[in-house]
Amino acid sequence: MIGRTLLAATAALALAAPAAAQDFAITNATVATGDGSAPIENATVVVRGGKVVAAGANVQVPAGVPVSDGSGTWVTPGIFATVTDLGLVDVGAVGESNDTSARNSPFSAALDVATSINHRSQHILVSRAAGITRAAVAPSAASSIFAGQGAMIDLGDDPQALDRARAFQFVELGETGGRLAGGSRTAAHTLLRNALREASRFGEESGLAGGPSRPAEVSTGDDIPIDPRLVESDAERATDVLLTRFDAAALVPVVAGRQPLYVHVERAADIRSVLALRQEFPRLDVVIVGASEGWMVADEIAAAGVPVIADALTDLPARFEQLASTQSNIGRMQDAGVKVAINAAAMEQPRYLAHFAGNLVALSSVPRATGLSWGEALASITSIPAEISGFGGRLGVLKPGAAGDVVVWDGDPLEVSSAPVRVYVDGVEQPLENHQTGLRDRYRDLDESELPKAYDW
Amino acid sequence: MRAAIRVLLAATATAALAACATTEGSGDSAKSASAYDYPDTPYPSTYQPYPGVPTALVGATVYDGAGGRIDNGTVLFADGKVIGVGGADLAIPAGYTRVDGTGKFVTPGVIDIHSHLGDYPTPSVDAHSDGNEATAPTTPEVWAEHSVWPQDPGFTRALANGGVTSLQILPGSANLMGGRSVTLKNVPSRTVQGMKFPGAPYGLKMACGENPKRVYGSKGRTPSTRMGNFAVNRQTWIDAHEYAAGDRDERDLGKETLAGVLDGEILIHNHCYRADEMALVMDMGKEMGYRVTAFHHAVEAYKIGDLLRENDVCSAIWSDWYGFKMEAYDGIPENAALLYQAGACVVIHSDSENGIQRLNQDAAKAQAAGARMGIQIPDAEVVGWFTLNAAKAMGIDDVTGSLAAGKMADVVLWNGDPLSVYSRPEKVWVDGALMFDANDPQRRPVSDFELGQPGEGDVK
Repeated sequence: MIGRTLLAATAALALAAPAAAQDFAITNATVATGDGSAPIENATVVVRGGKVVAAGANVQVPAGVPVSDGSGTWVTPGIFATVTDLGLVDVGAVGESNDTSARNSPFSAALDVATSINHRSQHILVSRAAGITRAAVAPSAASSIFAGQGAMIDLGDDPQALDRARAFQFVELGETGGRLAGGSRTAAHTLLRNALREASRFGEESGLAGGPSRPAEVSTGDDIPIDPRLVESDAERATDVLLTRFDAAALVPVVAGRQPLYVHVERAADIRSVLALRQEFPRLDVVIVGASEGWMVADEIAAAGVPVIADALTDLPARFEQLASTQSNIGRMQDAGVKVAINAAAMEQPRYLAHFAGNLVALSSVPRATGLSWGEALASITSIPAEISGFGGRLGVLKPGAAGDVVVWDGDPLEVSSAPVRVYVDGVEQPLENHQTGLRDRYRDLDESELPKAYDW
Repeated sequence: MRAAIRVLLAATATAALAACATTEGSGDSAKSASAYDYPDTPYPSTYQPYPGVPTALVGATVYDGAGGRIDNGTVLFADGKVIGVGGADLAIPAGYTRVDGTGKFVTPGVIDIHSHLGDYPTPSVDAHSDGNEATAPTTPEVWAEHSVWPQDPGFTRALANGGVTSLQILPGSANLMGGRSVTLKNVPSRTVQGMKFPGAPYGLKMACGENPKRVYGSKGRTPSTRMGNFAVNRQTWIDAHEYAAGDRDERDLGKETLAGVLDGEILIHNHCYRADEMALVMDMGKEMGYRVTAFHHAVEAYKIGDLLRENDVCSAIWSDWYGFKMEAYDGIPENAALLYQAGACVVIHSDSENGIQRLNQDAAKAQAAGARMGIQIPDAEVVGWFTLNAAKAMGIDDVTGSLAAGKMADVVLWNGDPLSVYSRPEKVWVDGALMFDANDPQRRPVSDFELGQPGEGDVK
């Protein structure tokens, strides 16, 4: 019953279409729907009530919908960035402004970033101006192999950033996991198993209700993930447990398959170990993150039906677990049938996603390399991350019923020279100004003959 | 991934401290270079160009690195040197192998002025952390070449994916004075001497701002503030003057480096982010009798483009890194274009084993950001940001950095426009020797480290 109350309390955080959504149509543009298909020239996109109602060639614009001519522009769904720390950090190296990790916290799996997202973060503003409209936000592991629970957000200019709180649990099982677990991969796997065992027992004793691991098609409030941490009032735990009560409770949905488990591993052998986890914990809903050597076990990943959020351009043995890394990794995995999104965490800034996707297209013309087609590359930063995040068909794609997340570009969106000219989230046109554009405008010239630059704003 | 980002940030923070700006007028850089080529230079370069065949690249769009563009151009090279650059009418001497570049592009070899390949090699394990002698705030006595591991796999990626033919390896930025840099040809070698760019002047890596004061302040030592940074620097230069004015008979490794700077033979490469600090550093140079060749990282250079032009100091920058540390908070993608508009020197640098593979793309991004605010910069000028301008700031522009008769035949044939995300190097020549060919699986270097390992010889 407490769970029910919590559900109601968090219902307001659901995918809410803002009231200010505009109806609009863009015609004569090159439209790429994000579903993996090739771009369509002289095409039209229609958005009404915050949703896409049509996208493609031969689309009739309904009467009364304002039309803008998109000649010379490209139109795509908003980019879906996964995995990021957007909204959790102002300046990476300024500790007090950085909420990505909590080395000295007594909690790990229980950490929930949903409470800490700052929708006015400059990195959100800068990313929005680069065409990113949705993101998965994950904490970084620091005190344990469990980083905590990530959230799905939109990058719209409104305070309701959360699309889905407690959308996934993040765990480290490679070199980083080994270090955090006490010194070895073995320790990390032991810690994981013990944690899932404790969570399983805790869940049984608490009688936690079941539920889906991904958001429901229609957001009613009931589909909001419960916060199992608050289900029991009993704070006592047996003396031989390692997890705090909060952490154990947070892992109940993971072991029950109701919350996806994002696992960071790179080495082929580590990937195999992760795939094998489901023999012991059959309900785990696993997403692999990193996977530098994924191409070596691509068939096994595909057979397991496990999606991957993969580093796109990693091609150096930065760690021993990445010896076989190659930029052809994603192309090879996709060819083997793996569902692969580009990992936004494996680049300096999420706004590089489009360029990394473009680089994978470039590989298609390099002998012996395996890249992606243009349409596949766009999908790897739009519809595929949306699907992995549980929003398939609703985000990251221009098709009837999908959210009106639309980006109008001044050229090929995967080309380094292109940039968005308009960005919509849920049908609402977004401001594209930020700290950087303010500096750009102030320093357009260095003339201080009348007043110092400080008066130029 | 996320952990990797943090590692990157840490590495960047470290590297950030180290970058400095050195400036050397293009006119006298050749003299400086030759001055260092005397026989008793220790650890001398043993690099010799590998064999090549007389080659005629025909039919491609040629960017010469010096602002020139030739459509349907011809580039001739033989015996390691560029023989001629011209249009379709340029006569091709007998015995030349023709390479059809129709639909392709030719540029000079890419040059990275700011790299830590070899001194922070991959795998990035502690045992390989050789870039910061972070035990004293000034270590002008250390030389980066003594840390460079020639087997760093990063060199091979920079060649094959980035078209990089020359690069400057700098010490890190933990120290105010991090030590001597070394300029390398990007050729695999058993020894660092086998990579050393013959005759290239040394640089001294200096660092402003957060890194030195953090590293030493956290140890309870000076400097712990920016004013401490300047005090330690100034006293060090005063002491160096005393040494330089003496008979210099007694060996003092640190003072020898500093005297080399005061003599104008060693270039200052100064890691510095903030505009106000760069302005102070240029004045420190005037006070102490040296000049900065290039400010590295320089995310706020656009705020003082006029000062940088007047002082003839290059800015070696990323297109759009920002916000990862406090002094990088005001980085903007228009930095390069605004500097160009102000008439100041722009160099695109990497400071990254990944970014070095895409300097061309980074320059294109910076160009486009400028175009969107109305600053139109020709493609041929932008190519100079990662070729000739880098060579100038490294004091090697008399011998490489552009396609001109007599220069080293450091050449990249791109499979498309180098300012496009869709293009990659197809062939890379260093001193006229074909060191990478995308069409030949064997014409690709593989580090000792990667032999017998998963992915050996893969396309990477």
